[in-house]
Amino acid sequence: MLNAEKRKTIYLLIPVILILAGYVLYPSISTLIESLKQNGAFSLGNYTDFFGPKAAANMEALWHSVYISILSVLLSALIGVPLAYIFNRYDFPGRQFFSNIAIMPIVLPSLVGVMAFMFLYGEVGLVPNLIKDLFNLSEVPFQIGGVSGILIVHAYTMYPYFYMTTSSALNNIDPSLEEAAYNLGSSKFKVFWKVTFPLLTPGLVAASLLVFMVSMASFSAPFLLAGGYRVLSLQIYFSKMNGDMEMAATQSVILSFVSIAFLLFMRWYQSRKDYRMAGKGIGSHRSEVNNPVLKAVMVTLGILAMIILLLPHVTLLVLSLVPEGAWTWQTYPQALSFENFRLLFEDPNIWDPVRNSLIMTTLACIGVFIFGMITSYALVKRSFIGKNLLDILVMIPWALPATVVGMNMILAFNKPSVFSFGEVLVGTFWILPLAYFIRFIPLVVRSTNAVLEQMDDSLEEAAQNLGAKWFYTFRRVVIPIILPGVLSGTLLAFVQAVGEFPTSVLLYTLDNRPISIEIMNQLRMFNMGQAAAFGMVQVGLIVIVMFISYRFFGVKSENSL
Amino acid sequence: MSTVNLSGITKQFGDVTAVKDLDLVINEGEFFTFLGPSGCGKTTTLRMIAGFYFPTMGKVKFNDRDMTSVSPEKRNTGMVFQNYALFPHMTVFENVAFGLKVRKLKKPDVKRKVEDVLKKVRLEQFIDRQVSQLSGGQQQRVALARALVIEPDILLLDEPLSNLDARLRDEMRTEILRLQREYDITTIYVTHDQVEALTMSDRIAVFNVGECQQVGTPTEIYNKPVNDFVAEFIGETNLFPIERDQEEGTTFIYHSNDLNESIYVHNSDENVASYKDSDQLFMSVRPEAVKVNKKPMEGVNVFSGKVDLVQFTGESVHTFVTINDHVTLKATELNRGPSTYLEEGTEVYVYLPETQVRIIPEAKGEV
Repeated sequence: MLNAEKRKTIYLLIPVILILAGYVLYPSISTLIESLKQNGAFSLGNYTDFFGPKAAANMEALWHSVYISILSVLLSALIGVPLAYIFNRYDFPGRQFFSNIAIMPIVLPSLVGVMAFMFLYGEVGLVPNLIKDLFNLSEVPFQIGGVSGILIVHAYTMYPYFYMTTSSALNNIDPSLEEAAYNLGSSKFKVFWKVTFPLLTPGLVAASLLVFMVSMASFSAPFLLAGGYRVLSLQIYFSKMNGDMEMAATQSVILSFVSIAFLLFMRWYQSRKDYRMAGKGIGSHRSEVNNPVLKAVMVTLGILAMIILLLPHVTLLVLSLVPEGAWTWQTYPQALSFENFRLLFEDPNIWDPVRNSLIMTTLACIGVFIFGMITSYALVKRSFIGKNLLDILVMIPWALPATVVGMNMILAFNKPSVFSFGEVLVGTFWILPLAYFIRFIPLVVRSTNAVLEQMDDSLEEAAQNLGAKWFYTFRRVVIPIILPGVLSGTLLAFVQAVGEFPTSVLLYTLDNRPISIEIMNQLRMFNMGQAAAFGMVQVGLIVIVMFISYRFFGVKSENSL
Repeated sequence: MSTVNLSGITKQFGDVTAVKDLDLVINEGEFFTFLGPSGCGKTTTLRMIAGFYFPTMGKVKFNDRDMTSVSPEKRNTGMVFQNYALFPHMTVFENVAFGLKVRKLKKPDVKRKVEDVLKKVRLEQFIDRQVSQLSGGQQQRVALARALVIEPDILLLDEPLSNLDARLRDEMRTEILRLQREYDITTIYVTHDQVEALTMSDRIAVFNVGECQQVGTPTEIYNKPVNDFVAEFIGETNLFPIERDQEEGTTFIYHSNDLNESIYVHNSDENVASYKDSDQLFMSVRPEAVKVNKKPMEGVNVFSGKVDLVQFTGESVHTFVTINDHVTLKATELNRGPSTYLEEGTEVYVYLPETQVRIIPEAKGEV
């Protein structure tokens, strides 16, 4: 019997499945097929080449990627976990302020962050040169680049994953559990290792997997810092630039394989019985630090962390004030002015990328807002066969490295297809907003899922019982309640889309080049001032959107990670 | 106002049968209670009446209209959910007005009706509050007002008092009854609390594992349970298995292996439930019917034992008397001061009056 409920489910699912099939599944399959072709004929040749001696660079790149990812996980955990513990468990002057600063890396788009690090700690970096001059050294004492550079940037940008998960896990631990352990005679040390830490492990494992996946996919840091060091995400880009689409496809498939394996592992891990708190959490209490020495240490630590965390932002600001030609061979910039910003707003050629970014990001955000909401509702509140499969399909764009998404788009839409209404999309304006849309679907779905799962089914039933039809209920009851979740996902999508680089670099055209691409171009022309000004625009946009969504919708940016 | 007529209702979730072959008629204006332990199918039945589930087999009728597969929004029932299901993003007014707005009433009418109903539930001063600012009892009353304001044919209450503390529960019981009488509305009330069921209902249906065990007025259910499940679930009772001995004359005789004695029971509808020859039988005697005395008593159904435990609850005193290794009888008496309490360890005599013992069969279909 096809009753009304089932009919509604089907109506909801049709657009969801069409879009996912057309823009997620079909492009992935196109890449897979391309990887199985050599000179137009089907063969496994590309894979034997990849793993064989013919292109040793590929294997090397794969190992480098894994190596860097593992080290990134360790470094981020080493920074994020203790910081979270200190900020959530001890009370000292300025604690709230420092803990707000702790998530500052997320307002720095990846490319801009890497750029700031280059000019901060790189060969011409301000910090090494400052130390050299202060201590009259003959050479710079240190400089980042290659592996160390990538790792430091990764640690800086990825430690918030550990910081956030640890913080929320700590806040969810019922203090009476620890008190019970003390009461039973455990020492402080033992309580931490036997009670607190085990309760944190599910979150830590999840964060580790996440950081691993993000580092595997990382593109901007290797792109600017790697030098001759090969990583897989970058190899894809090079293969594509050399016109070897088949190899690029093969590399994409292998990188996707690793990432999706991790996604599935993570899903499996999270679905295992985790340590949910039995009772309702009673907000954690912090021990106040009374020892003046300890207090001073804590505050110093906080200030130090704050300086390190904010230096990239400050550097970016300073750089953006350096007019063209004012910092070439000199150690320090010779002049500061608002010239770059003036050009930005006055020269239409320079303003163009900003406009492009705004238009494309907005389009993608509207898309993910609507699509994410519907998909999440279908996934959480409706039951149908194949739900698990759909759930995985939704999450695939999140697991796929940005470079791979870019490759998928190229290989799917460089020829007319049903899903592009018989048009070739590559080389047009539409390819980029579409790519952004696909990449950020999972963000909205995830954050909406979280609120929808919290929403009791009885609310919808109550509305229905009072005579409201489905759409009325959805509009008047469901949407208002889940709006914070949908918005926080969309906000995150906006933040990431504004700074998006890896997909853009594969798909942009002159007419729709976004800010990130223009930053790259300006850096190539050694006009770091203008590049930084563009970076400031990105940061500014992100901050404005975060502020608005916090102020008017109560959406906290840290909740969206 | 409507009657509700359930015929041959069966509901299966996959392999699990939640409700099995249920027939019930709920009369107009009646306060009808579904009582049973959790997982007995009472909420499932209520949800089939509301339209959130469709029965696998059988028919749901309101008066003569077949509602079996009508969607919930077209049934005009008013439901109060266990967790109240108040819309958290709306004020008290907006919550109550929701059903009226759906029905496209004019604004002044909506306002008047909402104000009226809020006055009835004594919440008129909270009309502009956010629901999160209300206490549990107040939220409960908003939920009631929201269900009542649409003038439903049937009022459905799903364990509405289970989230309230004991004192508030008492208060709300009276409040719900008062409103039900005032609106004179057919009401179906789901609960696992026997006190609620006994004090409020016109009639009760006792459920267990998907089957309705007994339908009757509160006094029938309590005094004349049809099987051991009903006897044990409603109220306290002393229950133990017995064998048939002699079923003739004005007094039937049964034999208890546990006591190794005969039990004499008055032959009447009050004392002997209907059963089949193949049924395993039990005797049930309520603690308040059991007489305990220090002096030896004459007659049948008298056993000697030792006081094991005396429990003082305030209004009454429970005395547990151990007869032998298998049987401990519970007796309850109203508190008449410390001089009447028995001391633990005292040798006493226990009398089970022939007119107070009830013989019942074992419930069928129990797992």
